[in-house]
Amino acid sequence: MSTEPFINCEHVSCTYGNAAVLDDVYMQVNRGEFVGVVGPSGSGKTTLLKAILGTHPVAHGSITMQPKLTLGYVPQVETVDWYFPVTVEEVIVMTRSKSSWWPRISQAERKAVREVLDRLGIGEVANRHIRELSGGQQQRVFLARAMFRNPDILIMDEPTSGVDVRTRHEVLHLLADLHADGLTILLTTHDLNGLAAHLPRLVCLNKRVIADGNPRDVLTPSVLESTYGAPMEVLEHGGMPLVVDHGRVPMRGEGK
Amino acid sequence: MLAFDLFEPYGFEFFQRGIIVATIAGALCGLLGVFVVLRGMSYIGHGLSHAVFGGAAASAVIGINFFVGAGIWGIISGVLIARVARRRVLGADAAIGVVTTASFALGLALMNRYGQASKSIEAVLFGSVLGVKVADIVAVSLVAVFALAVIVAWYRKLLFSTFDPDVAHVSGVNVSVVEVVLLSLLSLTILVTMRVIGTLLISALLVIPAAAARMTSNSFSKLLWISPLIGAVTCFVGMNVSYHLDTSASATIILLDALVFIVVYTVAGTRNRMKMASLGHV
Repeated sequence: MSTEPFINCEHVSCTYGNAAVLDDVYMQVNRGEFVGVVGPSGSGKTTLLKAILGTHPVAHGSITMQPKLTLGYVPQVETVDWYFPVTVEEVIVMTRSKSSWWPRISQAERKAVREVLDRLGIGEVANRHIRELSGGQQQRVFLARAMFRNPDILIMDEPTSGVDVRTRHEVLHLLADLHADGLTILLTTHDLNGLAAHLPRLVCLNKRVIADGNPRDVLTPSVLESTYGAPMEVLEHGGMPLVVDHGRVPMRGEGK
Repeated sequence: MLAFDLFEPYGFEFFQRGIIVATIAGALCGLLGVFVVLRGMSYIGHGLSHAVFGGAAASAVIGINFFVGAGIWGIISGVLIARVARRRVLGADAAIGVVTTASFALGLALMNRYGQASKSIEAVLFGSVLGVKVADIVAVSLVAVFALAVIVAWYRKLLFSTFDPDVAHVSGVNVSVVEVVLLSLLSLTILVTMRVIGTLLISALLVIPAAAARMTSNSFSKLLWISPLIGAVTCFVGMNVSYHLDTSASATIILLDALVFIVVYTVAGTRNRMKMASLGHV
């Protein structure tokens, strides 16, 4: 078994036009890790994922991956066209586009789709149109699509963005189970308390890597202020760090 | 007597050729129109038809074969649009606007400068479904068979790259190649149908049948036969109606397509409202 990192980003810089989005980013993801990338809007989280996936060019530096590494990618659900005329089954089988050309879904594929959906607890939605799903089901369907490739590493962009608390818990438990089964996971999130604080490793990003390590070490007021550019307090709750935003604005009528 | 009247145009060879090529063209445009509509590329059909017009004008002036000159021109325009659009500084709409309007302007300039070619060019601009030659039937049929073969063979890749190009790329689909092939098919389709319905109305045939079909089904595979069916039937009926009413064939076909769209839109809207009401949402 190779001991090389799955993904190795060395001095990576990316730009949009003349504007630098990532600057000299250094980060490794090793087999079996569960890594969360946090940072404010525009900090380069999604660009970093896109650079790793090869859909955004790297201006300087390099990103190397283990040979024949299979990636499973789950985009932000907000980017999905929910009116597109496809069923859940069709969405999942899409990932076999390279290995099979036959338009019709085979019995073997149908069985495999059912297995992956059952594993994620949504076996009953296979024949539904994607618009007919709840928020949690939508997230699971796109997770199922990524899992259908039997990936070595799962890459997710904001998996809990725009979902309610219950769905967030479902997603978190699901990812914890997949990680416990040996899957390597790299995700981005805005959700410091609901998701990031639960992960074994966090990378704080704001164009460059501000800090990288265990949430207990990384979620500190100084690191968070450097990352977000705003003062934050970190409390401890149930043995976990709890980030409190100091940007409280008094509401009209308050204090009268 | 009525039956005799209905079949009267079939006694003319020009009508027989016209209706064959129009029906195949309708099915072909309907088939590719599914991708045009789902990719939000409605403007590209309009743009490419204008770009191909530039190639057609140049072919007529230089004196080379129409299909060769306009075909090469159309494919180059499609590839140029794809390349310019991929540079994130410009959006696809700007890329289409630059490439196709420049090409169209070149066509107009050539038409003005070399008057002797204007007849052929005007046929391309407005369509001449009743002046169809056997070569047109062969060309439309060949492109239709080729397009069908590509869509069957690349069904999954086309579906994936249409629905989610980023994830398709990550999953090993060469999205750029798929895009270029699709644009080339679109250019070829415009090339072989432009003399039937004309560049000015071709975008409607690429968009309306697929847009109407989209409202009838939530299945991508079903759209791929409903849309060509609407395209073929409206072209077939439109040709007959235009003969009997003595109206322009291309305008009649497009008006029929628009009528189908309005009917489907009304029925689908009523059906949706009834469904929502039954669920207690209204």
